[in-house]
Amino acid sequence: MTELLQYEFMRRALIAAVLVGLVTPIVGTFLVQRRLALLGDGIGHVALTGVALGLLTSTSPVLTAAVVATLGAIVMELVRVRTRASGEVALALLFYGGIAGGVLLINLTPGANNATLTSYLFGSVSTVEPRDLWFVGALAVGVVAVVALFGRELFVLCQDEEVARAHGLPVRFLSILLAVTAALTVVIAMRVVGVLMVSALLIVPVAAAQQLTRSFRVTMALAVAIGLVSSLGGLTTAFYADLAPGATIVVLALAAFCAAVAVGGLLGRRARRRASAARGPEGADSAGTMPQTDRGRVKQ
Amino acid sequence: MHPGRATLPGRPSRFPGPRARVAYDAAPVLDGLSLDLHAGQTTAVLGPNGSGKSTLMRALLGIVPLSAGEIRVHGRPLRRFRAWNRIGYVPQRLTAGGAVPATVGEIVASGQVASRGRLSPFPSRSDRAAVHEALEAVGLAGRARDSVRELSGGQQQRVLIARALAGRPDTFVMDEPMAGVDTDNQHALARTIAHLRDRGSTVVLVLHELGPLEEVIERAVVLGHGRVVHDGRAPAATGACARPGHEHQHPHPDPNDPDPRTAAATDVAPADLIRLEVPGRD
Repeated sequence: MTELLQYEFMRRALIAAVLVGLVTPIVGTFLVQRRLALLGDGIGHVALTGVALGLLTSTSPVLTAAVVATLGAIVMELVRVRTRASGEVALALLFYGGIAGGVLLINLTPGANNATLTSYLFGSVSTVEPRDLWFVGALAVGVVAVVALFGRELFVLCQDEEVARAHGLPVRFLSILLAVTAALTVVIAMRVVGVLMVSALLIVPVAAAQQLTRSFRVTMALAVAIGLVSSLGGLTTAFYADLAPGATIVVLALAAFCAAVAVGGLLGRRARRRASAARGPEGADSAGTMPQTDRGRVKQ
Repeated sequence: MHPGRATLPGRPSRFPGPRARVAYDAAPVLDGLSLDLHAGQTTAVLGPNGSGKSTLMRALLGIVPLSAGEIRVHGRPLRRFRAWNRIGYVPQRLTAGGAVPATVGEIVASGQVASRGRLSPFPSRSDRAAVHEALEAVGLAGRARDSVRELSGGQQQRVLIARALAGRPDTFVMDEPMAGVDTDNQHALARTIAHLRDRGSTVVLVLHELGPLEEVIERAVVLGHGRVVHDGRAPAATGACARPGHEHQHPHPDPNDPDPRTAAATDVAPADLIRLEVPGRD
């Protein structure tokens, strides 16, 4: 571990990994709840155009990616609302526009080549510069602040948009806020796992956590823990075993998912056995506490 | 044009007003409809499938926009209505949960989103008491920590009602709260709604049939093809409630005792009304 910390670039990479592992599952929980699991994927594609713009104009690619991804997320949200039927097609146009634009612009950039492209497609956490790190840190603070301030409203929005409207919540504003937050999260994660795998960090830790939990808050907390373990563990493993860090992190997250499915299955079976034992042969578990019987209960 | 129309005495059921229309993809769903819902009254909106009753309910809360016309809620145009904490909405859903697990307590507490300040991260004692009361009212006390997924369909429906109760509103809008709920739970729900009525709440329910709610409903509005075809007392009981020997769950109101709600309805302040105006097709 000390060997790892001797290198300046590794220290920066580890900080980036912590920020990514912390922030992506928080936003991912809302996206999964809203059934927009692939939104991050789409934003990632669009962000590539932003990266290429930054390279072409010799500005910070992370900054331009943040701007373009934010605009892309707003357009996607508006398209999603406006066109109920053809929304998916419109989104697909945006995705492939984003990736084609990125490739085109990178090829136009003097001094940039396929290696530059690959580093953004699949991540290159070891080339994170101090300037990037400050920017990523600021974005992470922003994302956490949004969730802290609007978390309750976002929960209702992602749970049931109709109910959010009936509560008088600003549904359009909140939808765009969530999309923009997702875009910034994608940009944070982009340097670590690359635009093609960014969505994995948003979704896989949440998918793993929800195998084991029954509460929204606990799911989010556990997803953050899984995200942190996979990003730090993946980076360390990649350093010692000389593997691609982005891919190692994603594979670790997927392993966590498989483990969670196995453990969740075992726990579920035991809980059901205990519940049926407690209920007794008549199934009278609620006598005394409930004013009416529950004939409608689903037998598991 | 309006068979069986029975307007309650002294209660105008139509108002001349601006032209309004609700349409899905340019096909009008509500058509020539004018409705005043009175504060403190329990109203059922009935009608066959496709008669526009769910659309009416959604239009009332601004969930579907009016393509023309106006809605006034408690005296204010819907667009400028801000007292959303006064309204509790129960949507028609098969399940109460989303894609991510959530506990019964979390879902019910989310009903306070309109009444709690953004900068108060933790619920106050009265917030927590409201959640507890709401769960008790629907017979789910002690289940707050359970995942909603572990509940039956009828229990999940009751979670949605508890969510509406948790914000302590005075106006309830419920879209088919009895759908998918077994008979025992229907009676339990009817008791909950009767309790709300007795507290003076305004309750508007979309129902497929009156069922055990027959005793609770004070006014029935029957829709057909987007128009009001009956407005008045509930249609005659059919089914189980009409059968001899059927045990009523609720005492009948004494016919000699003038109902203060009905008596007051002749002169209603705009603040005590929810008004929907939808003109007919030209």
